[in-house]
Amino acid sequence: MRDLIAIIFIIIGAAFMLISAIGVIRLPDLYLRMSASTKSSTLGVIFVLLAAALFFDELSVISRAIAAIAFLLLTAPVAAHRMGRAAYFNGVPLWEGTRYNDLRGKYDQKTHLLSGSDGAKPESSLDKTQEVITS
Amino acid sequence: MLQTFGFIVILPILSIAVLLTLFRLIKGPTLPDRVVALDLMTTLGIGVIAAYAIVYHEPIFLDVALIVALVSFLGTIAFAYYVEKGTK
Repeated sequence: MRDLIAIIFIIIGAAFMLISAIGVIRLPDLYLRMSASTKSSTLGVIFVLLAAALFFDELSVISRAIAAIAFLLLTAPVAAHRMGRAAYFNGVPLWEGTRYNDLRGKYDQKTHLLSGSDGAKPESSLDKTQEVITS
Repeated sequence: MLQTFGFIVILPILSIAVLLTLFRLIKGPTLPDRVVALDLMTTLGIGVIAAYAIVYHEPIFLDVALIVALVSFLGTIAFAYYVEKGTK
């Protein structure tokens, strides 16, 4: 019975990881690709580690799997946030079908501060990401 | 049963996923694309290591998965820091 649940978990995990790889190939934009690569691959790894914990059924393995899951859940969003912020400042273009870009004109490109924080002059600096289609 | 199933089905699926990500790593138009593809490859590598630990019944490999997760997080943070610094 436990083996069967482990098989189901590992199938779900492998499917999520394959879907995230397909998303990284197929999606049109860095930011959309990042949403595919961060969330679904983390979920897939969590399912595979749970399958390992169910399969071995020892206290040391279960604690290691839980530690790895907690570490992944803590670090994956932080890494994706840092990378997306760096890409936005680097001028990586948005997809041409993007409807809303709420950050356009709000960032000071010199000091990397949002408008509203101390010392930011957002109106004086041009945003390097492309225009948003409004229709 | 889980071991043969993992050897026949799970490890090939994960290998195909890593190869698809490698295509994006080679093709990716900008540097952040390549960093995201590399980050996904290490995350998939953690899954491959966990599946390998199941297939060959070696629970010690889960330690390796934990360390790879730690190092890949530091690597991505360092890449993001220098990509952002390069625009100033």
